[in-house]
Amino acid sequence: MAELDTSGGGKKGKKVRSKKQSTRVDLTAMVDLAFLLITFFMLTTTLSKPKAMDLAMPDKDKDKQEQFDVAASRTMTLLLGKDNKLMWYIGEPGKSAPNTEYYGANGLRKTLIEKKAEVQQKTGKFMFVIIKPSDKSVYKNLVDVLDEMAITNIDSYGIVDISPVEIELLKRDGLY
Amino acid sequence: MPRVKVARKSTSIDMTAMCDVAFLLLTFFILTAKPRVEDPVPVDVPGSIKEIPIPDDGLIVLTVGEKKVFFTVDGNDVRKSVLQQMGEKYGVQFTPQEAEKFSVLPVFGVPIRQLKGFLALDAEQKKGYQQPGIPRDSISDELFNWIRESRLAAKALHNTELRISIKGDSKEEYPTIKDVIAILQRQEVNKFSLITTLRGAAKK
Repeated sequence: MAELDTSGGGKKGKKVRSKKQSTRVDLTAMVDLAFLLITFFMLTTTLSKPKAMDLAMPDKDKDKQEQFDVAASRTMTLLLGKDNKLMWYIGEPGKSAPNTEYYGANGLRKTLIEKKAEVQQKTGKFMFVIIKPSDKSVYKNLVDVLDEMAITNIDSYGIVDISPVEIELLKRDGLY
Repeated sequence: MPRVKVARKSTSIDMTAMCDVAFLLLTFFILTAKPRVEDPVPVDVPGSIKEIPIPDDGLIVLTVGEKKVFFTVDGNDVRKSVLQQMGEKYGVQFTPQEAEKFSVLPVFGVPIRQLKGFLALDAEQKKGYQQPGIPRDSISDELFNWIRESRLAAKALHNTELRISIKGDSKEEYPTIKDVIAILQRQEVNKFSLITTLRGAAKK
């Protein structure tokens, strides 16, 4: 303990000793203050640090040289429209009928899992997902879709600009 | 009948140890606390299941909200040299005082021509000032150059590659994000991060 022995060494000696004062300090107030500050700092520090989602975009210049074709039968295209709705189809635009879908566990995720298994079974290869956000979609939609990719373990996906044909599709169903 | 006397004990306790612990914790919290950077526009970061924490330093954060882009780069020395390089590029002279002020400015979103005026404001006025965001058109190309010069400065000063992350508002419309991504891709930054918060387990 950080306390000095203040009992005095008995009264044998004849020397006159100055009266020793106790070194004990009342720490209550100090502890109070310390805990107050601890509480303050604990509450102000952000406990949940923001997380990051890594995103790799295809290299624009090399795109033309290294463009690879993926069979239309195993590409799924997601068109992100307004009002938190999206549209998806498999294959080429115009040839296969698009479906409207909502985000979330019962909407997009279910479809992705189903189609992933279906494509795997039919072609024996993994499914490729093309994400095409339209100008009317919001940033959250994009993050949600990327999130679904992570949840459903789809590794091959890309973000591509939307084409006028697909905007027409969205418009027709009132998603643009 | 004699009353039983209970010996009264002193109620004062030795608080030395408690005090020690309290101050140890206090020191810890003070040292780990990071001043929270207030965003100039309200930004509601979308949730995600990804659990990769963002690195503490060597980061460019592009805050996107209300169709505006705000710029943050870590490191006071980096900021200082970026300002100088940008000043040379756009023909704006900054005084050492202004450079000093800029080096502690956490986040900003004003065109470089207005930056002088913005730096002259005090903290209270800066809060009230409506920042127009950094222009991202291809004529002035300011956002492109801010990012580029920051990367060059960090490379020259610390020999590190800055990581670029986008902190977007959930409700931000996609064209703004597309612009920012296009600007990044023009300087061959094809890998960047999107800042998210951890989504609650309920949706998992």
